[in-house]
Amino acid sequence: MATFLGINLFGLFGQLLVGLINGSFYALLSLGLAIIFGLLKIINFAQGAMYMLGAFAAWLALQYIGINYWAALVVVPLAVGFVGVMMERFLIRPIANEDHLYSLLLTFGLALMIQGVFTHLYGSSGQSYAIPEELRGGTKLPFMYLPDYRAWIIVASVVVCGLTWWMIEKTKLGAYLRAGTENPQLMQAFGINVPLIVTLTFGFGVGLAGLAGVLAAPIYSVSPDMGSNLLIVVFAIVVIGGMGSIGGAILTGLGMGIIEGLTKYFYPEASNTVIFLVMVIVLLLKPAGLFGKEA
Amino acid sequence: MSNHREKLRIADLHAFYGESHILHGIDMNVMQGELVTLLGRNGAGRSTTLRAIMNMVGRRSGSININGNETIGMPAHKIAHLGLGYCPEERGIFSSLNVEENLLLPPSVRSDGMSVEELYEMFPNLYERRYSQGTRLSGGEQQMLALARILRSGANILLLDEITEGLAPVIVQKLGEVLVKLKERGLTILLVEQNFRFAAPIADRHYVMEHGHIVEEIHAHELEAKTELLNTYLGV
Repeated sequence: MATFLGINLFGLFGQLLVGLINGSFYALLSLGLAIIFGLLKIINFAQGAMYMLGAFAAWLALQYIGINYWAALVVVPLAVGFVGVMMERFLIRPIANEDHLYSLLLTFGLALMIQGVFTHLYGSSGQSYAIPEELRGGTKLPFMYLPDYRAWIIVASVVVCGLTWWMIEKTKLGAYLRAGTENPQLMQAFGINVPLIVTLTFGFGVGLAGLAGVLAAPIYSVSPDMGSNLLIVVFAIVVIGGMGSIGGAILTGLGMGIIEGLTKYFYPEASNTVIFLVMVIVLLLKPAGLFGKEA
Repeated sequence: MSNHREKLRIADLHAFYGESHILHGIDMNVMQGELVTLLGRNGAGRSTTLRAIMNMVGRRSGSININGNETIGMPAHKIAHLGLGYCPEERGIFSSLNVEENLLLPPSVRSDGMSVEELYEMFPNLYERRYSQGTRLSGGEQQMLALARILRSGANILLLDEITEGLAPVIVQKLGEVLVKLKERGLTILLVEQNFRFAAPIADRHYVMEHGHIVEEIHAHELEAKTELLNTYLGV
C-alpha cells in the first residue's frame, strides 16, 4: 500500500474524493439558497425538499415514463423550478411584506409536507437509481480509482456553479438581479418588472436544488429524508460563506466538503461536526461570514 | 404647437404611507420643455409628489396623466416606459455595480436616449472612474451618474429630487449648466429643490408646497413681485 510519511494515500485520496462529491452537492444547494436569500431575503427551508423532489422526479420519470438520466437532467430541474415558481407566486408573494419569519415557517412547513407525502407514498427505505451506462466505468489514477460518475458529478457541479456565478456577476441580467437585491423599488421606477424577476429567480434557485437531486439519485439512495439530512449542513455552509454571497456559497460548499473529507481520514469521530465547528469559529471572528459584506 | 403639449397633469392626487396621509389633493401640470420646481420646507410633500408619480408610495388616488396616459392604476414598472426618468434624493447608486454598470442599468424607455460617449463627454469624471464601484464616487460624481443613467434611457420627462443637496458650489454650478442644456434639448423637468438660488434663474414656474397642499404657483416673471411671500413660505 502506498504510504507517505505514514499516511495511507489510498485512504486519504478516497476520502478527499468523497469530500469533493459532498462538496459539489453542498455548493449547488447553498448556491440556490444564496441566490434566493440575496434577492428575496427569504430563507428557503424547502430547498432540501426540492433536492429530494428532484431525485424522486428522476426516479419516477425513469420508472414510469421511461425518461432516461440525460433527459431527466434537463427536464427535472425545469419541473422542480416550475414548482418553485408556483410556490413563490401563490404562497410566498402574499406574505412577502410580512416579517420574514413567516416565509421561513411557510417553507419549513412545506418541506415537512412534501417529505411526509413521499414517505407515505414510497416509504422511508429509499429507492435505487442505476448509474447511466455511459458513466459506469472508471479511471485508475496513481493513488486511487476514480469512478466516472463521481468525476462527472464534480465536473457538472463546478460547471453549473461557474456559469451561474458568471451570469450573476458579469451579465446585464445579473446586474438587474444585484441591483434588485439592493433597491427593488428604484428598479421598478426604472421600468424593470421586479416581481417577475423575483419569481424567476426563486424558480432558478429551486431548480438548482432539483438538478442536485438528479445528480444525487444514482449515488445516494432516493429517499424522502435525503434533503432534510443535507439541509442543516447546507445552512451552516451558507452562514460560513456569508449570507447571500454567490461566490462565497460555491467556494465554501466545495471547501467544506474537502474539510469534511480530510476530517474523515484524520479524525473520523469529528467528521459530522467539523463544519459546525468551522461555523462557530467563523462567526466569532467574522460575523458576516467569510465572503459576506459587513453590514 | 408641440412645444405647448402637456406632458404631465396631476389632479386631486392623494398619497398615503400606511396610515399617514401625506398629499392632500395636489393639482399641477407641466408642459413639454418646461422646467418646473417644487419648493417648500422639509416634509411639505415635495419628494412624496415625485414618488407618487412613480407609484412608489403605499397608496395613491386621484389622477396622474403622463403624455396622455392615465397612470393611477398602472404597475410601477410600466410608468418609466412612458418616458419618465426618476432621480431619487438619496441618488440610488448601486454599490454592487461599477460606474459603467450603473450607467447601463436602466432599460431604454425611448429610442433616442443619449449615447454613453455623449454622456462621458458631458461628465468626464464618470469616464475616468467607469470601473470603480458605484458608491466609491464622490457625492457630486454620484449625482452626475444618477442623472446620466436616466438620460441614457431616453427619458424625456425628468423627475429630479434635491440634486444639489450637500454638493460643493462648483458642482452645483455644473449641474445648473447641465439642466440648461437638457432644457435646450426640449426635455421636460420637474425639480424638487431646496436651493432656491439654484432653481430661480433656470425654472419657468414654481409650485410652493406646504403640508401636502400646493399653496402657490409662481411664474418666473412674477418672482420679484412675490419674493416676500415666497420667503414666508420657505421660512428664509
